[in-house]
Amino acid sequence: METWSRTQMAARAAQDIPDGWYCNLGIGMPTLIADHIPEGREVVLHSENGILGMGPAPEKGKEDAWLINAGKQPVTLHPGGSYFHHADSFAMIRGGHIDLCVLGAFEVADNGDIANWATSENDSAPAVGGAMDLAAGAKRVWAMMEHTTKDGRPKLVEGCSYPLTAMKAVSRVYTNLAVLEVTDRGFAVLDLAPGVTLDHLRSVTAAPLHDARETAGA
Amino acid sequence: MINKIVRDMAEAMEGVADGSTVLVGGFGAAGQPDDLIEGLIEQGAKDLTIVANNAGTGRTGLARLMELGRVRKIICSFPRSVGSVVFEELYKAGRLELEIVPQGTLAERMRAAGAGVPAFFTPTAAGTRLGQGKEEREFNGRPHVMELALPGDVALVEAWEADRWGNLTFRRSGRNFNPVMAMAAKLTIVQAERIVELGAIEGEQVVTPGIFVDRVLNVKRGAPWGEASAA
Repeated sequence: METWSRTQMAARAAQDIPDGWYCNLGIGMPTLIADHIPEGREVVLHSENGILGMGPAPEKGKEDAWLINAGKQPVTLHPGGSYFHHADSFAMIRGGHIDLCVLGAFEVADNGDIANWATSENDSAPAVGGAMDLAAGAKRVWAMMEHTTKDGRPKLVEGCSYPLTAMKAVSRVYTNLAVLEVTDRGFAVLDLAPGVTLDHLRSVTAAPLHDARETAGA
Repeated sequence: MINKIVRDMAEAMEGVADGSTVLVGGFGAAGQPDDLIEGLIEQGAKDLTIVANNAGTGRTGLARLMELGRVRKIICSFPRSVGSVVFEELYKAGRLELEIVPQGTLAERMRAAGAGVPAFFTPTAAGTRLGQGKEEREFNGRPHVMELALPGDVALVEAWEADRWGNLTFRRSGRNFNPVMAMAAKLTIVQAERIVELGAIEGEQVVTPGIFVDRVLNVKRGAPWGEASAA
């Protein structure tokens, strides 16, 4: 069975981002999307530490200690980019000005609930960073994640078991097996990785699935 | 004549009292006022509440202040990161209070304090563990939680340029929490890479107007990882 690699997942998500969107890409896998924005599309990247128009990592030796992304890695500024303080940065997020935020997740529920910051109720000092602000504030939130945990447990579920980051926030999920939309009726399958069958997807998903592929029958 | 430039660290830190709430700028190493943190360690104030995005790394700076037992409580969004060893030790030993605040809520609570707004409602954290125990209200069909303004007694800020009125500019993403903290504290202390003549920062270029600033110390230090400062 052929599944999508992380690079292919990033490319698949990037393909769905229209020209002109302002996007915040979460730390980890979602960051890879930046390298796959199709030629000719202008997508403006936001970093919550106060950057719009964030560019790729600089060449070695050209790093600027005052120019880092939310993951604290050195980055560059695209021509037309700008800097602003933290309250303005989160005003862009909470005020609904950011078109899209892509987040990693431990779990996503079929009503759009997302859990991505704490791994158990007993973890008393987990780091939340900007995850809750992004999940609650961005115009739309996509999750990008492996379909199951390393030991095979489903991460797409009927109700999150980990502490929530935000309620009813996620509208779309990109995994190594499929692309799914969160609808009023739960998860709808938009696309499957080559060789992945709907039956297999159902066996590794802990929530009902509806087939919404273009090729699917009515 | 207004002159907010101070001669040395002792003058910059004068009067920081035990029990103060200290807002510390920076996001990671960018925009973090390292020299002022050292100055605070030297100055000796204790029983402090520290507000910062992170809870210190390694055993220097904020981590050192905590290790010396001078911090009672830390309010931050991201306590655990690579190298936050001192925080982990103290927190596990029950010697440090922790309040985790979502990053945007943290910034807005300080902005609100500086703007004279005692509280506000936000959708961030509604229905989550961090929203528990907070007043909840529905607006436009969505649940929101009430968050209180977070004023500081002292703010420690890193700026790029400053003049004697305390007008400030910041370098690139080193701006982050600094302007917000500058407006939220009773005593705002700035370390600036460059001191320039009054008027050298054009009115349009001023990011933090001097009204939010009390003291400026000139600290030429270059980048946290060694780039020459004369860029």
